[in-house]
Amino acid sequence: MKKDLLGIDDLSADEIYRVLETARAMREIGERPIKKVPTLRGKTVVNLFYEPSTRTRTSFEIAEKRLSADTLNIAVAASSVLKGETLADTAMNIEAMSPDMIVVRHASSGACHLLSRICRSRIINAGDGLHEHPTQALLDAFTIQQHKPDLAGLKVAIVGDLLHSRVLRSNVLLLTKLGARVFVSGPPTLVPRGIEQLGVTVSARIEEAVQDADVVMMLRIQQERMQGGFFPSLREYFTLFGLTEARIRLAKPDVIVMHPGPMNRGVEIASEVADGPYSVILEQVANGVAVRMAVLYLLAGGVEHETAA
Amino acid sequence: MKRLLKGARVVDPANGRDGLYDILIDGDRIAQVGANLQAGEGTEVVSIPSNLVITPGLIDMHVHLREPGQEHKETVATGTLSAVVGGFTAVACMPNTSPVNDNAGVTQYILKKAAEAKLARVYPIGAVSIGQKGEQMAELGELKDAGCVAVTDDGHPIRTALLARRALEYTKLFDMPVIEHCEDPSLKGDGVAHEGLVASKLGLRGIPGEAESIMAQRDIALAELTGGRVHIAHMSARQTLDAVRVGKARGANVTCEVAPHHFILTDEMLAAPVPYDTNTKMNPPLRETADRDAMLQGIVDGSVDVIATDHAPHHYDEKHVEFDRAPFGITGLETCVSLCFDRLVHPGLITFSRLIELLSVNPARILRVPGGSITEGAPADLTILAPDLLVKVDAKAMKSRSKNTPFDGWELRGGVAATIVGGRTVYSNPVVGLSI
Repeated sequence: MKKDLLGIDDLSADEIYRVLETARAMREIGERPIKKVPTLRGKTVVNLFYEPSTRTRTSFEIAEKRLSADTLNIAVAASSVLKGETLADTAMNIEAMSPDMIVVRHASSGACHLLSRICRSRIINAGDGLHEHPTQALLDAFTIQQHKPDLAGLKVAIVGDLLHSRVLRSNVLLLTKLGARVFVSGPPTLVPRGIEQLGVTVSARIEEAVQDADVVMMLRIQQERMQGGFFPSLREYFTLFGLTEARIRLAKPDVIVMHPGPMNRGVEIASEVADGPYSVILEQVANGVAVRMAVLYLLAGGVEHETAA
Repeated sequence: MKRLLKGARVVDPANGRDGLYDILIDGDRIAQVGANLQAGEGTEVVSIPSNLVITPGLIDMHVHLREPGQEHKETVATGTLSAVVGGFTAVACMPNTSPVNDNAGVTQYILKKAAEAKLARVYPIGAVSIGQKGEQMAELGELKDAGCVAVTDDGHPIRTALLARRALEYTKLFDMPVIEHCEDPSLKGDGVAHEGLVASKLGLRGIPGEAESIMAQRDIALAELTGGRVHIAHMSARQTLDAVRVGKARGANVTCEVAPHHFILTDEMLAAPVPYDTNTKMNPPLRETADRDAMLQGIVDGSVDVIATDHAPHHYDEKHVEFDRAPFGITGLETCVSLCFDRLVHPGLITFSRLIELLSVNPARILRVPGGSITEGAPADLTILAPDLLVKVDAKAMKSRSKNTPFDGWELRGGVAATIVGGRTVYSNPVVGLSI
């Protein structure tokens, strides 16, 4: 793997499979009574979060602790930004304390690329703006594999706010690299321009995307981004694009339903579906730890530092 | 003092010249142009090597000099030094300074700074509205008297169609063009990149080409309504060029300009070689290949009147941030000539004469300023070009106070040998070594 994990865009299919295989071994560690291995002992990992996050930050922290890394959480919104420090300066200050890896969540697309250029530490993208969220796509793939071992040829429907979703971008890149057939659906106001050129089929109606799907992945409607008037109301959104019992019955009988969280029940997904038998939403959360352990291991333990490109 | 520039190829399309001529400069004026002029007593003779070409002084009609108020980015002195190094004998500077150039005091301040710098001529462009707020018209007559050559709310379009109409009507009193930064604010939204596949992949908020063309259509329609002159600044979208063509065909008083980055680069540059390089962020944004090619086509077929750089210096600290937080804009004065030679003239897309129309004749005509030709009695503003000079762009070596260029490291054929303003050599490229 490269020095950093900035996005799925940087990974080959082989590298993706290697993460998924490694994650299987890591998952087993989480099932032991003593959930800790010494792999990253003596390594320092900084979790640098510029956006609030519960799930991802906790998941990384647990993964780091299970690998015996020394971890440190920095929620920057509360400190340096208010004092006017730039991202580059904050990063260089952290860098001066010689961490091995920096896990970054930031509201600006490309923030991790900026850090990658100025830091010797390995950068792991934990979500940058509207761009990518690679560990989410990896844990999604890992979860799919547990139910449907061969991703090639699977029909995967991704439904919701496509425009503002970094989860969508990472998943489209990953799933198409592994040969899945990806259908995306959402209000036309929330479909990124040119997305069909990434090898996905854009369906105007959710029914078309969900029909005979092996996997249905729902994306969060980010209510804080709804000021733009992309659709008239949450009520109408649910009527047109919500994943209901009736709609999930269009999919294959063994369909699995996924959601990266946090969910808006009754907006993008009905509670009966979220809590229903095909839902693997909590498995995704569990797998997140194993996949992040795999990424941390492969980046820090797997190879020694090369010079920064 | 008289100087005779001897034996050079002279490209002077306004006078129909492209051939070997001698030019006699007397003080700050052109005294005589002709073949085999004889040097009188006391006349200094400068023989021009055959690999150099004399043209009327180049004029960049879209430059941000940042003074007053943003002297950390650029000053009139550093900006005009950058201009003469780039071969420009004159620049027109945009009013979005701090304070805005919406009154004679600011205009006079800029002109005073320019006079002190004694480099390129500076033609201030005044604001259409007070504070560029789009509400009340600035005192355009006073601005004109103080030395402004055009008006604009650049950085933004004129906020309302009504004010744009009034400005186009009122400026007829002074025969000044209204320069429009065309952009529908609601369609632009918080966009930072061209709306298309690249922005979608990079997760950057998009600005469609129509944000530009819709506003251009408004302004061209208003030029038709009023008979005023509108000049469309830094055109980037193919739809805008179409609108200009239609307007011209209908007889509207519309002219337009394109910046080198919009006829050379595309939005692919945002992804590679340096992903999210903030030196690829400008407004209007780098667009897709079809738009870039349309700009080239417009330059070739004559629809484009002017090449202007939209020289927009920003400090390193301001650009060394996340892409969506960085300011829009790149520098352009010191790369323009090399880029135009390398991408337009040498590949055979346009002739040398056509290049001089774009960089000198037409800007002078649109702004109604002296220059644009080598004419007896006119100010001796001349650019001596070195069409085959190999140039490697080096941002660090640039004279502009800011180094924000996406062309750093580019190797180009074509450059500047010397720049003469009012008979005075204000720049002689040490690499060429012309003693003039």
